[in-house]
Amino acid sequence: MNEFPEIFELNAGDYVETFVKWLTTDHMAVFDSIRDGILAFLLRMQSIISFIPWFVIIGIVFIAGWRLKGVRSGLFYTLMLLTIGLLGYWNDTLLTISIVLTAVIISLVIGIPFGILSANYKRMDNIVRPVLDAMQTMPSFVYLIPAIMLFGLGMVPAVFATTIYALPPVIRLTTLAINSVSKEMIEAAESFGPTPWQALLKVELPQAMPTIMAGVNQTTMMAMAMVVVSSMIGAKGLGYSVLIAINRTDIAMGFDAGISIVFLAIIIDRLTQSIGDKFRHDE
Amino acid sequence: MEKIRVENLTKIFGKHPQKALEELEKGKKRDEILKETHHTVGIGNVSFSVHEGETFVIMGLSGSGKSTLIRCLNLLNKPTAGKIFVDDENILDYDKKALRQFRQTKIAMVFQHFGLFSHRSVLENVEFGLEIKKMDKEERVTKSLEMLKAVGLEGWEYHKVSALSGGMKQRVGLARALANEPEIILMDEPFSALDPLIRRDMHTELLDLQAKLKKTIIFITHDVNEAFKLGDRIAVLKDGEMVQIGTPEEILDNPADEYITNFIEDIDRSRVLRAENIMRKRSLKIGKNTAAKIALEILNDSDYEHGFITDRHDNRILGVVDADDLLLAIKGKLPIAEVMHTDFVSVSEDAYVKEVLEIAAATKYPVAVVNGEGEYVGRIQRAALLKALV
Repeated sequence: MNEFPEIFELNAGDYVETFVKWLTTDHMAVFDSIRDGILAFLLRMQSIISFIPWFVIIGIVFIAGWRLKGVRSGLFYTLMLLTIGLLGYWNDTLLTISIVLTAVIISLVIGIPFGILSANYKRMDNIVRPVLDAMQTMPSFVYLIPAIMLFGLGMVPAVFATTIYALPPVIRLTTLAINSVSKEMIEAAESFGPTPWQALLKVELPQAMPTIMAGVNQTTMMAMAMVVVSSMIGAKGLGYSVLIAINRTDIAMGFDAGISIVFLAIIIDRLTQSIGDKFRHDE
Repeated sequence: MEKIRVENLTKIFGKHPQKALEELEKGKKRDEILKETHHTVGIGNVSFSVHEGETFVIMGLSGSGKSTLIRCLNLLNKPTAGKIFVDDENILDYDKKALRQFRQTKIAMVFQHFGLFSHRSVLENVEFGLEIKKMDKEERVTKSLEMLKAVGLEGWEYHKVSALSGGMKQRVGLARALANEPEIILMDEPFSALDPLIRRDMHTELLDLQAKLKKTIIFITHDVNEAFKLGDRIAVLKDGEMVQIGTPEEILDNPADEYITNFIEDIDRSRVLRAENIMRKRSLKIGKNTAAKIALEILNDSDYEHGFITDRHDNRILGVVDADDLLLAIKGKLPIAEVMHTDFVSVSEDAYVKEVLEIAAATKYPVAVVNGEGEYVGRIQRAALLKALV
């Protein structure tokens, strides 16, 4: 009596599986072209990043840190990057950065317009909000399965899974940002008779920018976290080294790769955060 | 000339305004409708018209619907029922494009909390309206600089808005509205967020600007003194309904109901009433060539102690006499001109009572009132002055 009767069962998972299978068999061409697109973008990103000499990258990070936060932060970031290099994870770091960047760019291109639309159309928001809730509560590993089914193993499904995982914060915060632009400012803009585009570009977006940048920062951090997980389906880079270390129970390697991820995450977080601060304007 | 005509305007807030509108048309009151249908009547059945070039003040306590009303005039609020004619066009018939055109060219608004764009510099704020109109950069910068100069903000063009004080921010708001060269300016309690001294400066400035520009201004306020100082005509709004419309003097003289009486109780009447409102019109005057004996009879027949001596041809005041002076003239067989006093004082008919008070304190004669051409039009006795103040 304590057990739920087995005759009532709902195999929701089966339906999803059927759906994904149907997608991959009947619409292979669509996913092939998506894959080719993502791959081309990713490779371009990689070749640009790996083309830059290591000392130039460190130089750029130093200058960015110095300009945005101060000399001490700049030096601190430089030191962290040098440590990553000394530990022997320079190339893996570059790979990770290029996957993260690709995923973040795709997330922003999709997420910001979605956020703006949700802010303007209540009905759209009613649909998008529960989807985002679901996306955020779903364990990150779950995204790996459809990613593999749609795109196979390799970098592309990794980028795909990372993008999906990193998408919610930028949508949410864009919606929040646009909705919290002061009412009087919106009225002031409206009173001059702008087109919806003019109002968006000249007032709403600039006003919303600090909050949107907070969303960009969170999206980047989520991508950073996911890219490690998605090493399980073939994303090379720092996460892959961690995965190998786990398999071999190699504590030394795990620590080196792990600390590199932490350093990289700190640098990216601080830099994107302080870019956001630059957009802040007081009333 | 009539610029704006509002007919039976109603704005109801809530999900199903039509239902509440029916109730309103049945003659139900605002609180009844709120209780029964949970709809707020912002304004109900308001009609008025505004003349070209006048400052029309809408006065009311908070919650009286004045902000709702002014926002209907540029359709920031969409009215539930009624008509709004601007230059004989019903703006409620406008489609989106026509509405944009209307807002870009005809009407501009100044906000209570300024509504400035914090991501733009002072200059860029003023440029905003012109930018929306797609005026080219050079032209709009020239024009905006000019406007900033007109409101006394020279030297602040490239500062951030946040660096400005409240008064200066509202000047930016005003310059931004004026830069668009609108025919109508809506001002929603523009000075109520400022401290009293700054507010007084802004009043003077607005009056000066308006004397030059002659725009049609709709001005919202809850401050009676402000309303009476700035308004050519004043409309009093209560619970979303228009209680009275009239010139400041009309409202002071004949408050329509107790609400208005209470409202105007603590107003400084000496700053509202003018000499012409309290003077005795065409009161006793004596020609300069009148015989002293006849003059004395005229004076004794009247209830005045003093008589003004005027020139019959151009109606100018020459002097003032009392009965003793005339007796002196009769005794000495002198013409009136020899005995009259010329140290009388006169004020223009549009002088405020406040100015008359200062002058009256320094003379023992009644104050003569003259019109623009310098002709005698009336007099103000001390008793009239006292009466005007209470």
